[in-house]
Amino acid sequence: MQIINKDSYFDLMGKRHLALIFSGMLLLVALGAIIVRGLNFGIDFTGGTLVEVGYPQAVALSEVREALSQDGFGDTVVQHFGTSRDVLVRLAPREDMASAVLSDRAFNVMQGIDAGADLRRVEFVGPQVGDELTEDGGMAMLYALIGILIYVGLRFEYRFAVGSVIALVHDVLVTIGFFALFQVEFDLPVLAAVLAVIGYSLNDTIVVFDRIRENFRKIRKDDSIDIINISINQTLSRTLITSGTTLLVLIALFLFGGEIIHGFALALIVGVVIGTYSSIYVASSSVISMGVSRADMMPVKKEDGEPDEMP
Amino acid sequence: MNRYPLWKNLLVLTVVLIGGLFALPNLFDQDPSMEISASRDAVINQATLLRVEQALQQEGLAAKGMAIRNKKLLVRFKSSEDQLRAMDLVTVLLGENYTPALTLSPDLPDWLVALGAEPMYLGLDLRGGIHVLIDVDMEAAIEQAAERYSSDIRTLLREKKVRYARISRDNDLVMVKFNTADKRDQAADMIGNEFRSLNLENLDEAEAFFVRVALSPTEKQEVRKFALQQNITTLRNRVNALGVAEPLIQQQGERRIVVQLPGARDPAKLKEILGATATLEYRLADTEHSVEDAVNGRIPPGSNLYHERNGAPVLLKKRVIVTGNQIVDASSGLDQRSGQPAVFVSLDGVGAKRMRRMTNENVGKPMAVVFIENRTTTRMVDGKPVKVKRKVEEVISIANIQEPFGRRFQTTGLGTTEEARDLALLLRAGALAAPIEIVEERTIGPSLGQDNIDQGFMSVMIGLALVMVFMTFYYRVFGLVADMALMMNLVLIVSILSLLQATLTLPGIAGIVLTVGMAVDANVLIFQRIREEIANGISPQASIQAGYEKAFSTIIDANITTLIAAVVLFSFGTGPIKGFAITLAIGIATSMFTAIVGTRAVINLIYGRKRVKALAI
Repeated sequence: MQIINKDSYFDLMGKRHLALIFSGMLLLVALGAIIVRGLNFGIDFTGGTLVEVGYPQAVALSEVREALSQDGFGDTVVQHFGTSRDVLVRLAPREDMASAVLSDRAFNVMQGIDAGADLRRVEFVGPQVGDELTEDGGMAMLYALIGILIYVGLRFEYRFAVGSVIALVHDVLVTIGFFALFQVEFDLPVLAAVLAVIGYSLNDTIVVFDRIRENFRKIRKDDSIDIINISINQTLSRTLITSGTTLLVLIALFLFGGEIIHGFALALIVGVVIGTYSSIYVASSSVISMGVSRADMMPVKKEDGEPDEMP
Repeated sequence: MNRYPLWKNLLVLTVVLIGGLFALPNLFDQDPSMEISASRDAVINQATLLRVEQALQQEGLAAKGMAIRNKKLLVRFKSSEDQLRAMDLVTVLLGENYTPALTLSPDLPDWLVALGAEPMYLGLDLRGGIHVLIDVDMEAAIEQAAERYSSDIRTLLREKKVRYARISRDNDLVMVKFNTADKRDQAADMIGNEFRSLNLENLDEAEAFFVRVALSPTEKQEVRKFALQQNITTLRNRVNALGVAEPLIQQQGERRIVVQLPGARDPAKLKEILGATATLEYRLADTEHSVEDAVNGRIPPGSNLYHERNGAPVLLKKRVIVTGNQIVDASSGLDQRSGQPAVFVSLDGVGAKRMRRMTNENVGKPMAVVFIENRTTTRMVDGKPVKVKRKVEEVISIANIQEPFGRRFQTTGLGTTEEARDLALLLRAGALAAPIEIVEERTIGPSLGQDNIDQGFMSVMIGLALVMVFMTFYYRVFGLVADMALMMNLVLIVSILSLLQATLTLPGIAGIVLTVGMAVDANVLIFQRIREEIANGISPQASIQAGYEKAFSTIIDANITTLIAAVVLFSFGTGPIKGFAITLAIGIATSMFTAIVGTRAVINLIYGRKRVKALAI
């Protein structure tokens, strides 16, 4: 069985200007969404209190809302979570009560509606902790990018390192942009997913780069674009298959993993799709536009045999 | 020919066997259990076991198994109803010196236990439980230290008969005022000699001469360290008294403490106990001055105005006889005469001596017990959180001293037995060295934990099945071999997680799912290469050889970059995210072994020994 005929050859790089326009538009929409709409940060980052309660029977949201507001909870967001028996409540801080005990009081009130109510989850994040997480998260992303820049720079060539980081920034921006555009909640697991996207997207890019390097050394041709085109075509099946299997498991995770993991799975799905595209177009196009040539790829020391075969 | 040397085949076989062995405990059911540990002077021994066994039998509660391990008595039950009933029974039976705690324990055969094999350690989001992050108020700790020094300096100057005008504390500074420069210099020398960890500075104003006393940076550091350590100890004592198995109390950063209680169900109670600062103080009542005058604002120097629980004003001496810090033990019970809830208190040597002397000198005069609690609330002012601290001081009992008393005595006046029990617990666990505030809480109920396990397990299985079906169709025999590797990879991840006792969280399961998707990548890379080589007209055996060889460096490169991301995630992440990073990293490592070495061993066995015309790939 084959996805792509082994003799097929697509002039992928010939359409790189089209891809550039496409990527430009994607980035524009993503950045626009991030700036204009902003991210719908979860309480991990903003701080706040969230209570999830499971009822034995379906319960009307208005009933919960009413009970809470009668007890003095203003400005609450009440919604179903997963099923109509699960209720998720976001609480605003109260003047008369410490933030850490808000959840206890709210659960008491919600238990008043039905004594069989079951406390499923409480998340309370103090504002300071939220700020720290936001900062740490940003730093983590930066460190990951720098670490990868160094590794790829050492293993390949600086132009490849820059190319892969451009692709990564592209993927991360588009993924985050997706969350901003559709106002999907951005919480800690989603941030972890975005970091995993960095790793995954790079994985794809590296495989293509490896082949480009190999072909630069093997094929006696001076047309860089042609060599890159051949390399991408040779790795195309693999890129699509691996993305395909990863998407399969991610869709399983999205559908069966439960509400809590939804955002996480969604971020990875978006990231894998965009990462697959970017490893073909963005990373390689960047390398081309930086003018990589055969001479840059030749091993420095010939006598070492094949220096690229590092175990 | 493609053949592995014997040692390589044996290596693969050994890894498979050991991996399987240590993954095995995860297949056994977890029994609802009770873990009984001894506190204070009590011990757990065979007699304890027999006592518990008899009591359970009398109630018709059959334990599934009992064993003493690590000085703890573990009792397993068939159902969680039995477990909860037994918990109540044992609490009463063994009394305050033993702490029973609810837990889950796997019903492993003895040979597995002997091997030290254990199932994976499930995170709070999977087994349910409470996680709180506690911030220690270091500024307050420093201020308290400054306050202690200001009182020590006062005592010193009085003893040495150096006249000072005033001693006051301004945040973390102590200002001592003198009327003459001579006295000031004399005092500064004395203070400097007595307290070497203080920084002194002379300040002159018209007609006023000051010594400004500040804690040295090293002293401040010491104070902070002590506050954190003392708070951790206190919190540990409090948590242990609550009865939770495997509690985790750990420092995080310079001023935070993480408390994790697996299986705990009542966050409200926990937060109350953790954050409580309740303590007692014993003071003499001021009978020489009028309470009415004090209420009207004329509070006599040397006394303070307090209120009883019913709101009645009381005038008490400023000097404290005994504080909560001097209480070494406390238990709750009922007063024999009145039947009221009471707290029985034991003092340390210094406290007992003071108490004896003071009560001796003041027989017939009233003494008051003050209940002190600090409450911190966070309010939003202009969108910004502002901490408001409030000290609640209530007189819970005031009675005439009938006779002098010493080390052990009782205090009544608390509202309920519950309150008496909590207060005894707090006094016993010791006071917090600095105020704390809960800055994060994550509670997962047991039902959600189970749902998370079920859903996580289901998505792993479905994801695995989808990928396996695809690989079989796409790469036929080679695909089946890759499927074997994939399953082996899963077993290895589980066994390594079990061996390391690393915490498995819901994002951790997601990491496993992701690894399943990505682990086949190495095989896809290899198999595509083999197909390419065959297309180039190279013989099947040579194609296999070339496929594995050429794909190798690509696989390494691709995986190391993912590993970098995992390491970054691990170092930055908190609980659940760490879990994701761990499974991702382990998955990458094991997948390289199974996908490269493992599949090669099987492929060699299938194709390596014979002439092959075509490969089923």
